[in-house]
Amino acid sequence: MTAAPAIPRTTISRIVKSLVLTMLLATGLTLSTATTRAQAPDVDISAALERFSRESLSQTRQAVTSIAESGAPQAQPLLSALLNNRLRFDPATKKVYYRSTGDKWFDAATGKTVAQVPEKLERVRINNRLRVQINQALGTLSLRAPDPKTRIAAAETIFKSKSADALANIDAAIKLERDDAVRSKFEQARAAIIVSREQSTPDERSKAIRTLGGRGDQAAIAALRSLPASADARSKEQAATAIKSIEERLALLAHAQNVWYGLSLGSVLLLAAIGLAITFGVMGVINMAHGEMVMLGAYTTFLVQEGFRALAPGMLDWSLPVALPLAFLVTALVGVAIERGIIRFLYGRPLETLLATWGVSLILQQAIRTMFGPTNQEVSAPSYMSGAFDFMGLSITYGRLWIIVFTLLLFFALLLSIRFTRLGLYMRAVTQNRRMAAAMGIRTPWIDAMTFGLGSGLAGLAGVALSQIDNVSPNLGQNYIIDSFMVVVFGGVGNLWGTLVSAMTLGIANKFLEPFAGAVLAKILILVLLILFIQKRPRGLFALRGRAVEA
Amino acid sequence: MITKYLISRHDKAGIVFLTIVGLMAVLAPLSNLLLPESSPLHVPTYVLALLGKYLCYATLAVALDLVWGYCGILSLGHGAFFALGGYAMGMYLMRQIGTRGVYGNPVLPDFMVFLNWKELPWFWYGFDMFPFSLLMMVAVPGLLAFVFGWLAFRSRVTGVYLSIITQALTYALLLAFFRNDMGFGGNNGLTDFKDILGFNIQADGTRATLFFLSAILLIAVYLISRWIVHTSYGKVLVAVRDAEARARFLGYRTEHYKLFVFTVSAMMAGLAGALYVPQVGIINPSEFAPANSIEAVVWVAVGGRGTLVGAALGAFAVNFMKTFFTTGALAAYWLFLLGGLFILVTLVMPKGILGLFGSMSAKLRKPGSSQPAALQPAE
Repeated sequence: MTAAPAIPRTTISRIVKSLVLTMLLATGLTLSTATTRAQAPDVDISAALERFSRESLSQTRQAVTSIAESGAPQAQPLLSALLNNRLRFDPATKKVYYRSTGDKWFDAATGKTVAQVPEKLERVRINNRLRVQINQALGTLSLRAPDPKTRIAAAETIFKSKSADALANIDAAIKLERDDAVRSKFEQARAAIIVSREQSTPDERSKAIRTLGGRGDQAAIAALRSLPASADARSKEQAATAIKSIEERLALLAHAQNVWYGLSLGSVLLLAAIGLAITFGVMGVINMAHGEMVMLGAYTTFLVQEGFRALAPGMLDWSLPVALPLAFLVTALVGVAIERGIIRFLYGRPLETLLATWGVSLILQQAIRTMFGPTNQEVSAPSYMSGAFDFMGLSITYGRLWIIVFTLLLFFALLLSIRFTRLGLYMRAVTQNRRMAAAMGIRTPWIDAMTFGLGSGLAGLAGVALSQIDNVSPNLGQNYIIDSFMVVVFGGVGNLWGTLVSAMTLGIANKFLEPFAGAVLAKILILVLLILFIQKRPRGLFALRGRAVEA
Repeated sequence: MITKYLISRHDKAGIVFLTIVGLMAVLAPLSNLLLPESSPLHVPTYVLALLGKYLCYATLAVALDLVWGYCGILSLGHGAFFALGGYAMGMYLMRQIGTRGVYGNPVLPDFMVFLNWKELPWFWYGFDMFPFSLLMMVAVPGLLAFVFGWLAFRSRVTGVYLSIITQALTYALLLAFFRNDMGFGGNNGLTDFKDILGFNIQADGTRATLFFLSAILLIAVYLISRWIVHTSYGKVLVAVRDAEARARFLGYRTEHYKLFVFTVSAMMAGLAGALYVPQVGIINPSEFAPANSIEAVVWVAVGGRGTLVGAALGAFAVNFMKTFFTTGALAAYWLFLLGGLFILVTLVMPKGILGLFGSMSAKLRKPGSSQPAALQPAE
């Protein structure tokens, strides 16, 4: 039995290792998002550029027209430089240069950077009439900008303005566009113009309405509503059907969004409760300081991040993967200390345990408040956790997605380690029959300490994740303690799967109640329903059966 | 029969306790009102208000001890009953303001005018009459405890599960009372009271009377609790605490016993809250905070659970320490101390201060012999 202490340690380090690995893998995936660039034809605009050097407003006007029509890749930065008085020409060589906002000089003929520009440069002058012309040209150009995001943004602007003037430009842009996604945006913008224009023919309209129907969002409904009163009856009917089908789709989407938010909330609940599922669920210890373990995890993250900020600001994105094992270690050690120092004297007296651990929670809170102050500490999100992407009309933020993934990984890692590791086996043995386990040579006090350490460590890991979505303050843990107990009790004490199901159910139920009742009332309703539920099934959704119940 | 229990068979601690509270009830207000401020025996008004607050806390502690110490129901939601009683009193006091409010509306309290409400919500009806309000101070906490207890005890929710759902109950109420559209003043609660039963609430005479009433309430609650635990009914309560299953198999309907004592205790807590509000001048949702209820539990634990006198003693001791620490430069250390107290009491003095006294006097009387295990509260 001398080997027993070593085994748990390796198990824990194995869990931590796998967690770090998955975090790393996923980072790589997000960074390698593929981007496509529209190919712009290489054209010679030197003839037009030459006109800039003639110091005549009419010559400049002609130059702007021909550059805008040329489709040269540097046309957009060149014209905006002209608009902002950053276009220069060399009177000696007649060469034209422009300066970017980043203070770099470019050769206007090639669009390449130049290291050294001639000393005597003259500014190309413009007047108000030219400014109007340049602005129009830029609007058209952004439909041909090399970056697809700029082109989409330009199309969206036109979609919202529905200005008929842009029709010719967008028609031309559709012909040139090679990126399917961007072209469909152009076509939608065109459809919006056609639908809202008085003089469109019924055939044009019906095609445009179909395009808008395919887009299927709130903006499409607005565009369809802009159908003029003079439109033909068939188009009107078509538009009405399209609006109805979009609204149905949106309602469905709202439900999907609710489920997603619910899963997200559920995973936060699961994160907060997962450590408690071990300390309370498996060991039966009422640990009121559980929330403070979460808080300690969050503060560890804060400290790690501050360390990175001070020593290696370039590697700030690594602070979370580094904080994970550290937070686990710190909170697990604190947990073991609490178990050895206090809880072990109180086994079999759950109410006393409750009071003593509440005292521990007060002390930990005040200790953190004394050290860091009562204010919120800022923990910034790493680059792979900020931003959002669109999934079938659902806007999904990377932060939420990561937390769900992390929670599920944590859950299954825990499940497997209880099922397949030596520590897990001992843990189950001790909870099922302590005396028999002791008779078989298991050091039960040691297993108690390790189990409590594991539960506390899990709370610390939860703290790392929650530091991303909640305020890191001394009160962080307080907000989760009642919820966590509710999750564990609802799911059935001593049942990890029950905890998973219960967290997700509560999360989704909460989010579905929110639209009707408001956030606070939804929470109250859930609490009341839970209180009533516990009356019906005091042992939770998935109650343990057999001898373990009375143990 | 009742008088026999009320006047006789008091243990030494009980007699000392009754004497002290009785003397306090009479002497402190008299000294405040009659003695000149220069006199060394004069009790300043702020001390009187503070002591009055402690008396209400002590009443809450005795009520809690009745359910926890004698019936084993660790309620982490007794603060909710206290606060509900307080709100009932607060509503009465709000209706007494009348046209003296900032907006001068004769019927609607200021916060309702501010929220643009046009008429009084139905649950505010009747609170302009004191007898009705008095009834509500007892009935609302009592009814809540009855319904909650009926559901919980009938389905045999016991031990920590019960503790956790009582905590959820007070937490849900906390969230609910924070909402502005609940009609209880939201975040700010009820305050700015003017008078009670026609007497100015700020006047020294009113304050002294309220203090006297708080002391009388504490004595009454103590005597009733004592009477309950000393009847044969009380013996069954202790049986339920120590071995509920066995009591049930002996034919006792344990859930009825628990329900009764839980409801009575909630009513007592409601009355304590009702007297607390006019003395501190405000009631707001933070009174529902789960931390408050747990703090009340620690008063009982510090004093010694299952003793009634100990609960009141604990309430005084802990709150005195709290006032002492939080008003000085030591404010930052109060939570360390309170937290340490929780751990200390559970680990080394499970019988509280009173238990400590008991074992010391036992040692003095019979040196060398071990003390008798008189009251050994089990789970």
